[in-house]
Amino acid sequence: MNFPVLSIIVFTPIVAALIILLIPAERKTEARGVALAAATFALLLSFWVYLSYDKTAAGYQFVEQYSWLPQLGISLHLGVDGISAPLVLLTGVVMFTGVLISWGDFGEHVSAGIQDRPREFFAFLFILATGVFGVFVSLDLFMLFFFYEIAVFPMYLLIVIWGWIQTREYAAMKLTLYLFIGSVVALVGALAMYWVAGQNTGIYTFDMLQLEKAGFSASFQNLWFLPVFFGFAVLGGIWPFHNWSPDGHVAAPTAVSMFHAGVLMKLGAFAALRVGIMLLPEGAKHWSWIIMLCAGVAVVYGAFIAFVQTDMKYMIGFSSVSHMGLVMLGISTLNHDGLLGAGVQMFSHGVMTALFFAVTGMIYDRSHTRQIPELGGMNKIMPFASIGFIIGGLVSMGMPGFSGFIAEFPIFMGVWKTQWLVAVIASISIILTAAYIMLAIRRVFFGKMPEKFEGHITPITILDKVAIFTLCSFMVVIGVFPSFMVPMVETGVQNALRLLGVQ
Amino acid sequence: MDFLTSHLLSLILFIPAVSALVMLFMPKDEAKLLRWFTLGASLIPFALSIFLWTQFKSGVTGFQFEEKYVWYQAINSSLHLGVDGLSLTMVLLTTLLTPLAILASFSVTDRIKPYMMLFLFLETGMLGVFVAMDLLIFFVFWEIGLVPMYFLISQWGSANKDYASLKFMIYTMGGSLGLLLGIQLLGSLFGTFDLAVITAKWTSAQGFLLGYPIATIKTIAFWAFVIAFAIKVPVWPFHTWLPDAHTEAPTAGSMLLAGVLLKLGAYGFLRLVLPLYPVESHNYAGWLALLATAAIVFGAFAAYGQTDFKRLVAYSSINHMGFVVLGIAAAAFAAGTADAHIAMNGAILQMFNHGLSAAGMFFLVGVIYERTHTRNLEEFGGLFPLVPIYGGILIFTSMASLGLPGLNGFVSEFLVVRGAFPVLTVYTAISMLGLLFTGAYILKGIMKVLHGPLNEHWAHGEHKLTEINTREIFVMAPLMTLILVIGIWPAWILEVINKAVMRLF
Repeated sequence: MNFPVLSIIVFTPIVAALIILLIPAERKTEARGVALAAATFALLLSFWVYLSYDKTAAGYQFVEQYSWLPQLGISLHLGVDGISAPLVLLTGVVMFTGVLISWGDFGEHVSAGIQDRPREFFAFLFILATGVFGVFVSLDLFMLFFFYEIAVFPMYLLIVIWGWIQTREYAAMKLTLYLFIGSVVALVGALAMYWVAGQNTGIYTFDMLQLEKAGFSASFQNLWFLPVFFGFAVLGGIWPFHNWSPDGHVAAPTAVSMFHAGVLMKLGAFAALRVGIMLLPEGAKHWSWIIMLCAGVAVVYGAFIAFVQTDMKYMIGFSSVSHMGLVMLGISTLNHDGLLGAGVQMFSHGVMTALFFAVTGMIYDRSHTRQIPELGGMNKIMPFASIGFIIGGLVSMGMPGFSGFIAEFPIFMGVWKTQWLVAVIASISIILTAAYIMLAIRRVFFGKMPEKFEGHITPITILDKVAIFTLCSFMVVIGVFPSFMVPMVETGVQNALRLLGVQ
Repeated sequence: MDFLTSHLLSLILFIPAVSALVMLFMPKDEAKLLRWFTLGASLIPFALSIFLWTQFKSGVTGFQFEEKYVWYQAINSSLHLGVDGLSLTMVLLTTLLTPLAILASFSVTDRIKPYMMLFLFLETGMLGVFVAMDLLIFFVFWEIGLVPMYFLISQWGSANKDYASLKFMIYTMGGSLGLLLGIQLLGSLFGTFDLAVITAKWTSAQGFLLGYPIATIKTIAFWAFVIAFAIKVPVWPFHTWLPDAHTEAPTAGSMLLAGVLLKLGAYGFLRLVLPLYPVESHNYAGWLALLATAAIVFGAFAAYGQTDFKRLVAYSSINHMGFVVLGIAAAAFAAGTADAHIAMNGAILQMFNHGLSAAGMFFLVGVIYERTHTRNLEEFGGLFPLVPIYGGILIFTSMASLGLPGLNGFVSEFLVVRGAFPVLTVYTAISMLGLLFTGAYILKGIMKVLHGPLNEHWAHGEHKLTEINTREIFVMAPLMTLILVIGIWPAWILEVINKAVMRLF
């Protein structure tokens, strides 16, 4: 494969960001058009990568390597495996739909999306997208950190400039500090790996395929596993370090919330898996119980807290904590079923939560409230959005026939094989989720519309519908035909299991 | 023709869902088109299942028309379909009641398109449970049927629909939690979900599991399964969702809820609990019989105490389904004996029969509610002279429900009682006393509606009660025919059921 498709995917957003910044600020439509074109291009390429990934060959494909700083053993080494290819696709999907729902000024009298400085907004959003793509395809530990920080920093600006006026400074600061501290801790662990691997093998490199073979001693792995894993897992919203995440979701503008919950949290889980578990497998085995404990608490506790929220975004934010807890729970099992479920859940939760935030944003832009008790009857004005939200809700409660079930079922099976009690306790979250989602659907979309909204709520635009349709179709297709995604994730899981030494 | 016979089950299963997807592209204002299309779409599975019935070889033991497709390879679950006499009966019941429910819904005018689509999805959900031979597929369809029913109640229900629909959903999902965990346990133990394989391995499992003796695990898993199905049946004391859900659901929803959805629970007992846990079923059959007796007696009392016509019929379902569970308990207790076979035959026939009569009764309640906008028994009275045809049909259906000899209810209840009496004498005796109250509440219903002094309100002017119309008679006619045929000549259906019973137990 000579065509450098992965680097094109990674750098398309940042090039587009530069082009967008060259457009004069008042020509908003052109800025949006370039953004949409770039997002569509990235989506098509990532879909192409997804479809042409050879599942029988497995392993890392579309590999590219360019030396970057050879003196320190750093290279731009890119490639996707069965776990990261779906996540690249997820990023493409969220980027595309995020641009669609942020369009603003479309049709008549629609005051939705991003009206204020769309040029800068899309530019920052795309820098972030480059970071996200980069993390998923990096096979070099240094580059992974490099892209990781690129993904985190624009988030601060996006929230603090375009966020919800009441909490944006607080939330942006909290989020950024949390994530920086986490990544610094993980970075220390990465440097330790670099040195020890260098001493062991004589080759100082950040290449993760080399580090996999570095033969770290058990005591080294036991010492460094927790900082590395939890450093990244902070971004995955693992309890007790989840606190930044609901605040961040709430304060962020819609498209950023979609990116944030849909993709960034996966970034944390993915990096924790890729670096923590796959490079330090012995440490993972030693400490897996502690991950399982934290994840189990996140699953149940997140669901309880989501249950009592009245703000839609807080509800979804805490439900994300609960669902990402399931991802961590799957990872903590370190067996085939659990890891497989975690891989699928990352994608499933990504599209689901992006959809939730998109619809919430559509409602908020029109009603200027997210308080569930103050809303009602939205189904009459935006039936398409309500069907989308219902499908998302069914995914969220793990209803069979949708992607959530396909993901959660193996996770639970994996947990049964390691610690059955956790499976039993975690299953409580299914009922809680069903209850709060169904209540929210009923209160927001059905019933009587409050009088103050009569005549003020405009229908959603065609762009919104395209976004909702795109997100929903993935959830249904995976739910009905698991073979669309599962065999691919399975190849990635086999690779992780090989490193863990279990088959 | 080869294609038809080799894909018969998947055609029956998926035609409704595919038709619902086709409806997405239909204009939402074309009421006539939507109604007739839905009816047609639901008649195809009915025709196919009659064909299935004729092609089914009742002499052959085991499952027929098996189909197997890869579904979720990573955890080794496949779309494995098949029917035996038990599932065949239930498939026929489902495909018969769905077109009737849709015909009954022709009077619905509010958002016809989603309403009809939900019914078709519901049919696929229900059928999937009956034809599944894979534990995970069973669960998939078990859960998925909840969603359309939830929305049918919450969107098209009457006054208290919000409360009733959520209660229905959470109750049933909460009940299935144990089932879900049990299925996960079995799946992770054996690496497959194929029912036949799991049954063989699980019943012969010995030693320790998860650090506990396997008998303990089995007992806990047994109760997890039992509670899931007991809620669906529903068995006292897990029945409280039912009167609310039935009362608030739209007429056609109640028809399917009582006609088919309750059978899912009983079917779960027969298909999963008894084969997977023969020892535990035997050990705890007494408890199950106690709950069944309580359902029969309390159900009858509660029905008698109702002033809402629909609630009365709803409680009568608890009463009647109690006999199904009693039959199952007797069969579980005395597995392998002739008594057990009789009781089991009775229970399965009772499932079918209750499906017919309960659907009929709910429809008749709906007919009168549509005209009077009340279900309060105190506001009716003396309506027989105004609506003689309706009155006749109501009395006929009520008598089937009461268990009048010559109609279907008698045959199945007699079989249950005959089979259970030697095995669980005390419980059966108490249940038969409960039958007395069955008679009482049914007669009360008839009396309050049809007899007594005429309520003048319905006799004149704008409130004048109109007779049952042709469409509504078309809904009732197949039900009444089957009620009568099974009452007079039950052998044709019992033969099919009996073969399955002999093989299973």
